[in-house]
Amino acid sequence: MRLRFIIPAVLFLFLGAGLVYALVAIQSGKKDPSAVPSALIDKPAPEFSLPAPEGFPQGLSTADFKGKVTILNVFASWCPPCHAEHPLLLELAKEAKAGGFQLVGLNWKDKDEKLAAWFKEAGNPFSHIGADRSGRVGIDFGVYGAPETYIIDRDGRIRYRYAGPLTSERLRDEIRPLVAKLKR
Amino acid sequence: MMRRLALALMLALAALPARAAVSPDEILADPTLEARARGITKQLRCLVCQNQSIDDSNAPLARDLRILVRERLKAGDGDSAVIAFVVARYGDFVLLRPPVKATTWLLWFGPALLFLGAAIFLWLRARRRMTAPVAPAPLDADEQKKLDALMGGESPRRRGSP
Repeated sequence: MRLRFIIPAVLFLFLGAGLVYALVAIQSGKKDPSAVPSALIDKPAPEFSLPAPEGFPQGLSTADFKGKVTILNVFASWCPPCHAEHPLLLELAKEAKAGGFQLVGLNWKDKDEKLAAWFKEAGNPFSHIGADRSGRVGIDFGVYGAPETYIIDRDGRIRYRYAGPLTSERLRDEIRPLVAKLKR
Repeated sequence: MMRRLALALMLALAALPARAAVSPDEILADPTLEARARGITKQLRCLVCQNQSIDDSNAPLARDLRILVRERLKAGDGDSAVIAFVVARYGDFVLLRPPVKATTWLLWFGPALLFLGAAIFLWLRARRRMTAPVAPAPLDADEQKKLDALMGGESPRRRGSP
């Protein structure tokens, strides 16, 4: 007889605990309900070959991924969060050589002269930049906004995608550990 | 005359499909191909706004994808091939109608399962009540005395009789 009251109470407790957990996870930024999982995880990066934007030496193509761990950042000068994460990319660029990875950029739907003006002032963290003026290569990657960050392994497979501006926590908890693992 | 014209114009404007974001320069010359394109883009989610189809959305990415869908159709792809092309890049999430597969069984059949479970539970409970009605426990001597006192010592009369 007593059990009849305990069962709903326990069920309710579980429900409540689940809701509180989700709320806390969302508020602390651990979980983003609008985040879209990448369809390309563990699949080869799409084939492409892009020229460098005007005034930059190295373009970007799929061949550049072979044999190296790559962090690929999708960015544009028109995107404020890209400006916000820029100092972290510069920091990451300094680690690239010793860390055994390369940091490359996909300049998504941008104007060459605007990018040149921005990087002249702020600095260029990327060893290669592909000018994706039409956004087609972005679509092949499943990009739906800037910035996005991908990690590609030495075999050219996409192993990680994050949509949104990088933070030092994300670098510490996700990006650096995965790069270190892939480099081994 | 003028008023009639104005009314006709207003009605014509009201009849325009109000929501589509397709701009005239995107529209294909071939009407059947254009109709197929509209059919496809209505099924694809715009990932920028997430609850609009790319047919409805004004986001630049939605425009790019509308143009891409039309290009694939012009190149001779079938409807399902075009949709598969977009899904290969953006995942099942771009489909406004989720596909029926192992990972979505709970989503598709969960409500029916819940309904069935509740129906079975209610049916079992009703059957138990009908087959084994719980007879009220007989009154003990104390309770009988109280009842007699309340009834004024008389034998129970039918309520409502004059």
